[in-house]
Amino acid sequence: MRGASYAKETPSQTAGPYVHIGCVPNFCGIGGVYAEDLGASMLRAGARGERITIRGAVLDGFGAALKDALVEIWQADAAGLYNSPEETRGAADPNFTGFGRKAGDYTTGEWVFETIRPGATPFPDGRMQAPHVTFWIVARGVNLGLHTRMYFPEDQAALKADPVLSRLEHQSRAATLIAARTGPAEYRFDIRLQGAEETVFFDC
Amino acid sequence: MSYFARDRSWHPPALFPAYKTSVKRSPQAAPVAMPQTMSELTAPVFGHAMIGALDNDLIRNFSPTGEDALGPRIIVYGRVADEAGRPVPGALIEVWQANAGGRYRHAKEGYVAPLDPNFGGCGRTITDEEGRYEFRTVQPGPYPWPNGPNDWRPAHIHFSLLGRAFAQRLITQMYFEGDPMIWRCPIVASVPSREAVETLIAAYDPLATIPMDARAYRFDITLRGRRQTMFEGRP
Repeated sequence: MRGASYAKETPSQTAGPYVHIGCVPNFCGIGGVYAEDLGASMLRAGARGERITIRGAVLDGFGAALKDALVEIWQADAAGLYNSPEETRGAADPNFTGFGRKAGDYTTGEWVFETIRPGATPFPDGRMQAPHVTFWIVARGVNLGLHTRMYFPEDQAALKADPVLSRLEHQSRAATLIAARTGPAEYRFDIRLQGAEETVFFDC
Repeated sequence: MSYFARDRSWHPPALFPAYKTSVKRSPQAAPVAMPQTMSELTAPVFGHAMIGALDNDLIRNFSPTGEDALGPRIIVYGRVADEAGRPVPGALIEVWQANAGGRYRHAKEGYVAPLDPNFGGCGRTITDEEGRYEFRTVQPGPYPWPNGPNDWRPAHIHFSLLGRAFAQRLITQMYFEGDPMIWRCPIVASVPSREAVETLIAAYDPLATIPMDARAYRFDITLRGRRQTMFEGRP
């Protein structure tokens, strides 16, 4: 208890199997209510930086892809700035939202984000973090949204110095946060909910 | 400036076996604590200009003919504040729900109750300067779901909230005062305390009810609050 003058956060409940209706209605065939699903496109012409593709799936404890997951990403622009009123270090690229939202394919569970490679951002103590993309995952059977990060495999020096990765008790688990490079400007990031290679999720 | 640590004992645990799907979808390692960085302290903020005139009116926003959706007409309204009691203006609220018969408009939904041609089931709005919001909709019906052999969901509306920081991101469900199904539902039971469940139950509000038109339910929402002292971060 924090004391009587504070309210408690509203408790989480699962997003359930029909999260598409509320969050990506056009994806699930409910057209005509919103012009476009929120987070469907992250960049406009003129966006600065290297365009990249991130694809992946969320896998359950049997290794099967979830067919009903909703995945959101949030990231800095190419200069390491967030397109948010809370950003105090400068003005982010107006042609890049930093926010993406995708549902897994009904058949394969796969999702794809077309985005840009983020710049590095600072840790609270001023050290730089390796460039990363924040992921937030909800689905049927997930009782509280799962928060994780994706890093880039070619940033070897920055990964070694990263203040978040270096605090992991089991250093072997850092690999679960590093995407695989599958082609020029193409990455794959699978999120495993259970098992020996369970993805690291954060409490922050 | 950073957000108060989330009290995970107040939220449902990842693994709640009575909600069967959670068994193979719950991380088994403890989540790793880390300080909040700009990635968690910022969030996309959407302007009121994005919101269409009917976006928060589920009775009309899908109807191809302009006819109203079927079912008990209700207003759902409330205030979004943080744990410290400060209003959260500019928060995006997205809602989704079954129709009055308990049927969702979704390809993977097979409940025998019929679709309503005038009901889509989604809505959205952005909180005003005082954190207030409102929707107009029809009261959703309860429906059976494949968990136990005979489990039914209480009538509910799903709420998604995007506040000022990604650390505040939250999805939850709102229930209706007086519904006996609430206390029989394994998803509701995943919330550890009765006290916490009660914060998810919207109160019938006879004063806000619109005479001869729509009853009102009030649902206030609390997002994570933040610490803000000049000493924070000072070595």
